[in-house]
Amino acid sequence: MATSFLPRRPAVRFNRRQITLLSIALCTLFLVAIVFSNRFVGDTGLDPALTQRNQPPSLAHLFGTDWLGRDMLTRSLHGMSLSVRVGLLAAGFSAIIGTGLGLMAGTLGGKVDAVITWIIDVFFSLPHLVLLIMISFAIGGGTKGVIIAVALTHWTSLARIIRAETLQVNSSDYVQLSYKFGRSPFWIARHHMLPHVIPQLLVGLILLFPHAILHEAALSFIGIGLSPHTPAIGIILAESMRNLSTGYWWVGVLPGLLLLLAVQAFDTLGENVRALIDPKTSQG
Amino acid sequence: MLSVQNLNITFTLYDRGLAQKQLTVITQLDLDVKAGEVVAVVGASGSGKSLLAHAILGILPDNAQVSGKMLFKGEPLTLNRCQDLRGKAIALIPQSIGYLDPLMQVGQQVQRTAQLSGLSRPAAKAAVDRTFARYRLAAIVQRLYPFQLSGGMARRVLVSTAVVSQAELVIADEPTPGLHPDVVTETLNHLRELASEGKGVILITHDIEAALQIADRVAVFYAGTTVEIAHAQDFSSNKIRHPYTQALWRSLPQNEFIPISGSQPTPDDLPDGCLFSDRCPWVTQECRLDRPPFLQVRGAPVRCIHADR
Amino acid sequence: MQLGIAAFMLRKLLRLALLLIAVAIFSFVLISLSPIDPIDAYVGADMLQISPEQRDIIAQRWGLDQPMMTRFILWLRQLASGNLGTSIIFNQPVSTVIGSRFQTSLQMLAIAWLISGALGLAMGVVAGARAGSWLDRAIRFYAYTLAASPTFWVALLLLLVFSVSLKITPICCATPPGVLTRDVTVWQRLHHLILPAATLSLIGVANIALHTRQKLIEVLNSDYVLFARAQGESLVGIIRHHGLRNIILPALTLQFASLSELFGGSVLAEQVFSYPGLGKATVEAALRSDVPLLVGIVFFSALFVYTGNLIADLTYQIVDPRIRIGKSS
Repeated sequence: MATSFLPRRPAVRFNRRQITLLSIALCTLFLVAIVFSNRFVGDTGLDPALTQRNQPPSLAHLFGTDWLGRDMLTRSLHGMSLSVRVGLLAAGFSAIIGTGLGLMAGTLGGKVDAVITWIIDVFFSLPHLVLLIMISFAIGGGTKGVIIAVALTHWTSLARIIRAETLQVNSSDYVQLSYKFGRSPFWIARHHMLPHVIPQLLVGLILLFPHAILHEAALSFIGIGLSPHTPAIGIILAESMRNLSTGYWWVGVLPGLLLLLAVQAFDTLGENVRALIDPKTSQG
Repeated sequence: MLSVQNLNITFTLYDRGLAQKQLTVITQLDLDVKAGEVVAVVGASGSGKSLLAHAILGILPDNAQVSGKMLFKGEPLTLNRCQDLRGKAIALIPQSIGYLDPLMQVGQQVQRTAQLSGLSRPAAKAAVDRTFARYRLAAIVQRLYPFQLSGGMARRVLVSTAVVSQAELVIADEPTPGLHPDVVTETLNHLRELASEGKGVILITHDIEAALQIADRVAVFYAGTTVEIAHAQDFSSNKIRHPYTQALWRSLPQNEFIPISGSQPTPDDLPDGCLFSDRCPWVTQECRLDRPPFLQVRGAPVRCIHADR
Repeated sequence: MQLGIAAFMLRKLLRLALLLIAVAIFSFVLISLSPIDPIDAYVGADMLQISPEQRDIIAQRWGLDQPMMTRFILWLRQLASGNLGTSIIFNQPVSTVIGSRFQTSLQMLAIAWLISGALGLAMGVVAGARAGSWLDRAIRFYAYTLAASPTFWVALLLLLVFSVSLKITPICCATPPGVLTRDVTVWQRLHHLILPAATLSLIGVANIALHTRQKLIEVLNSDYVLFARAQGESLVGIIRHHGLRNIILPALTLQFASLSELFGGSVLAEQVFSYPGLGKATVEAALRSDVPLLVGIVFFSALFVYTGNLIADLTYQIVDPRIRIGKSS
């Protein structure tokens, strides 16, 4: 006897949780595979094999070979593994700086907050890449330069987010009570703030990696990043620039594609983890 | 004019960790409104009364499932019909200024409402002028932005939106929270006026005193269902039937001022059987078995098997 | 309102001054850390051709033998008077180099900025209005993919497809080789900047589309849109009367904020297309240790981004009635 006015919801929605978990699993698997790929693929592909120069992609060489006969897939995987590890390291440092400063700004407030916010604003006033080039130049380039440059420039967005969360928690009653009980700001930061910001921290950290990796690749491409002897993706692409008119497109396009996929994997992973942890953004 | 029978509204929500859950917010709601009368829907805040308004207008969110029967002027209210009627034959008076576009002048917005109800632009403009004048809003008010309106002015502008549309059924959603008593009376009088012009008015509120000032009948809303639809004079002549209604009446400051113990059950924690059973002074075993149907007791429908006490 | 705007501008200029000083300190410290001595770099090119007396004058002006703080103040004074030094690579005053290179970049940047803004807004609105549909998913897929793409790779792709394979665009530079500057036509210029501009546009669209979509979805879920629907307003009507109005301000802010990314992207795009703009100059300055030029570019880019954000803020002050009227009431 009841008549329905709205159509029943389609069944697609029921699998949303499973889709999210599946995405997370796949992305993590892919990324772990990339990081450890250099062990599995071995080094033989990196040696010049002049009889196999400039071959387009085939079953034997999925990414083709370059002008020295080196297998591009092996080179790309090695390069990607290197880039991801460098990116992880740099992003890790950045996250520590960002979280530390964000917590400080939010907990201590007042002048400390004003100074830190102002520093963040200054960083945001310069184009990211210009800042990176400047710092990398000052340190003298190379792997050290890249890691430090990336670490010193990527902490700002995370710091802002953590600061916002911390300020919110700071104004809540139970924290105010802790202050009244005489707890030091550091104790409060550790026991109240930190647990509260961990979801945002985790998501922010995961989403920091792709930026770090892209910027490391950019710096390497320009020539002030990793050493030209490493097969970093940026280096590979810079090399491919020299042989453009020859028409051997796979030397540049495919390694770049691998970089794109790795970055996408990180982004997707981050977004899915956020959907899982933060129900506010997962509705509707 | 309007007849709602056995309305149920269920929402599908995502909880932490993306698990799904169903929430039934309105259960077996019955209501009817005739032309020229004011029917108040009275219930505690947050009991889903606004959803009734949204259901009648057909603007519930996508994750809502609706079942039951709604008839407007004898014809069923399908979603398509809702779309045709809203803004024209059925109008909403929203709760607050937050329901107006903050970046648009109020005159323009009310004019847009008039145009949506079918008037041409010049006719709409004239309607706005007329209506603002009727509610003693100066011409300059038309060029103000929502944030510039005072409480009283805001209420009058919101009522204007319903009036310019020439709607036959007007739903006023919580028109009186936090307002000065004079403004409250003025607002309620405006609604009474609308009813006298032949419109049907549904007054959704948690303020039972306000409701009794102008209502012809009062539908008492508890935990998502109607428990009684009494005539306004039943309250003062002590003829109210449902135990919840009686407790509500007694809890008013000018009466015995005895509060009801406990609190309303939340939609995900509804008791089996009668929804009031865990707080009712007349509860028996029978009450906990099934939801009581609507029974006619002393001339009005009640959802209680012991109502004839 | 005039007074309000004046006070606002004053505050902003003060912040700009503070910013530039911060950038100055930052640059000076960094260069001091680098293997190159900042003052050596500033006078380096001149040093070889001058007499000892002139050398002493220069040494005094730049404070070569003074402690760091003094050198910094002297350097700052030079900068403030407009003397950004001489570029080692180009052998011209840094300000001249930046001026001419920026002019070249500007044409490309302007086109990329406008296209990414217009297209981004359009795509964002369509995706937001039809959230959940196939169109929305397609737009989001495009946007997320491009947002994750390395700029130089997209540039490379375009170069390979259009210049190498199809041969319809030039393979490098801003003007055809061998043609005198005054003889270069507008069409030839456009022909050369179309690919770098396309690269930056493709990537810029992605971010703007995503954010615009998000904002529109927020607007569509607002109370006032619900009320509009209750009045019988159609989706198109809602977007026309309420959607655009309420997203135009965030969209503008976004548009001006994208200047920063655009500048960064131009560094990479100009490198791939050998386009002689400011971006390529930055790379050359870094690779060939041209400190004055590099520092000059850093200052310039800070000014550029700051001006962009300033205009965005100013627009808010003027356009949003809550700020405009709210202040004077």
